[in-house]
Amino acid sequence: MTTNGMAAGPDRPPHPIAEAAYVAIRQVGKSYGSLKGAVHALEGIDLDIRGGEFISILGPSGCGKSTLLKCIAGLEKPTSGQIQVQGKPLSGPPDRLGMVFQRDVLLDWRTVLDNVLITAEFAHIPTASVRERALQLLWRFGLKGYEDRHPWELSGGMRQRAAICRALLCDPDLLLMDEPFGALDAMTRDDLNLELARIWQDTRKTVAFVTHGIAEAIFLSDRVVMMDRNPGRIIEVIDIDLPRPRHLAVRETAEFAHYVGHIRHLFTSLGLLKDG
Amino acid sequence: MMRRLQSLYESGMVLIVLIGTLLLWEAAVFVLRPPPIILPAPSQIWREFLITPGYFLQQSFSTLYTTVAGFVLAVAIGLALAVGIVHSKFLERTVYTLLVALNSVPKVALAPLFVLWMGTGIEPKIAIALMLALFSVVIDAVLGLRSVDPDMINLARASRASSFAILRKIRLPNALPSIFAGLKVAISFALVGTIVGEFVAGSEGLGFAILTAQGQFDTPRVFVCLILLGLLGTILFYIVEFMERLALPWHVSQRTGHAAAP
Ligand SMILES: Nc1ncnc2c1ncn2[C@@H]1O[C@H](COP(=O)(O)OP(=O)(O)OP(=O)(O)O)[C@@H](O)[C@H]1O
Ligand SMILES: [Mg+2]
Repeated sequence: MTTNGMAAGPDRPPHPIAEAAYVAIRQVGKSYGSLKGAVHALEGIDLDIRGGEFISILGPSGCGKSTLLKCIAGLEKPTSGQIQVQGKPLSGPPDRLGMVFQRDVLLDWRTVLDNVLITAEFAHIPTASVRERALQLLWRFGLKGYEDRHPWELSGGMRQRAAICRALLCDPDLLLMDEPFGALDAMTRDDLNLELARIWQDTRKTVAFVTHGIAEAIFLSDRVVMMDRNPGRIIEVIDIDLPRPRHLAVRETAEFAHYVGHIRHLFTSLGLLKDG
Repeated sequence: MMRRLQSLYESGMVLIVLIGTLLLWEAAVFVLRPPPIILPAPSQIWREFLITPGYFLQQSFSTLYTTVAGFVLAVAIGLALAVGIVHSKFLERTVYTLLVALNSVPKVALAPLFVLWMGTGIEPKIAIALMLALFSVVIDAVLGLRSVDPDMINLARASRASSFAILRKIRLPNALPSIFAGLKVAISFALVGTIVGEFVAGSEGLGFAILTAQGQFDTPRVFVCLILLGLLGTILFYIVEFMERLALPWHVSQRTGHAAAP
């Protein structure tokens, strides 16, 4: 039984939902039943994501990052608590959502271009009207010349980039990305970090970005949300006060190093990182 | 190009094995001289065919017609059932369970019943072919429609796709390889069903011709029918496989070593 409409527990009054919160997550829990007992993928998650904000979610494997993203996307129903998007309680995926899954889930029977266009097809937007945009996105993400290839002819990193183009095609307001750059080499990763930062700067989408990369999270985000597992919960949210637009050189500044140190220290103290 | 050569080479090998077997058979009959009622020589079977080729072709055509009719109906009904079963818990509990239960009955045993119901025209034969072919169509289609990566469905749901769009753009194409695996089994079963139908309700077709020849102790004629039956089955199977190639150029089994843009 799921009680989606439930408010916070009796001992904790619910936070008032801030005016500017695009996504408001209140006391969200999610457990999966299994033969070996319940897995508490998420417990007591409280988080506001402001409109136009870029947040990163950082945490060890299995701490519920993907689950949290799927809950925000309305694809998984929280077992407890509530999520509101633009002030409306979620019942299914919200409007103008773009999603990049941890695995690229490209469709083998479609070409790369047709894979990108499928978002428009699902939304009943004539593909002819977004074809040009799809091609531009593919070029922007370094897939020029691969439009008519099939996914199996691409490398892992290229597939992941095609999946990003697919998510961006219909110009979503809310962009949820689950380790989109996980399969990339360091150089391509830097390159795409810059590209994503530029896109965000231009369009001010609300972005939740899951990653394992500490530097990547700091570089891209307004705030970094740190999670721990068993049960999956938020342990700290830190504001990143670095001027924008950011260049890669920001990573050599003292402030940047300070943030990295702080996060690393936190994970070390939790025993998630063994540092010396 | 390499692929062409390869398949040419393979068909060559098949031909050599086939000719070798026939020669061995011919030689064995020549040396051992079994009574023709037990085993006629290939040359004798060929001569038998040449006496009344029109008759044999007519019977083959009749069998072909019934088989294809039964198969096409089985595919249409089977796919519709499969889609229903995947989308409705009720249909799954009723129709699917019933089908599985029915499948454990030797369906061939039901053939006489169909004759009682439908007479001795072409209808009971088509019905038997349909019944035998239906099961593999449904089972493999259900399997294919179900085995979708949940994230593919999530991807569609995140874009607020309708469940019809999900069926058409994700579930069906994803299920095609499995569906075709079922069709390849189904076409052989449809042929078996047709022959059984012709055995019990025949006035034409290869099955009927076999029974008639048997009644006259005309073994060479039986062999002509068997060989035509084998040819028919093989051709039908390869037609389905050819359609599979057309429908699934993207599938793993069809990929060439060279990754070429289409
Ligand atoms: N569909 C499911 N059924 C059962 N358990 C699940 C399911 N999805 C996730 N879990 C469990 O929930 C927990 C959190 O999983 P989740 O995928 O959200 O982790 P994650 O933080 O994304 O990990 P990673 O960094 O490895 O991707 C894990 O213990 C996992 O086993
Ligand atoms: Mg994950």
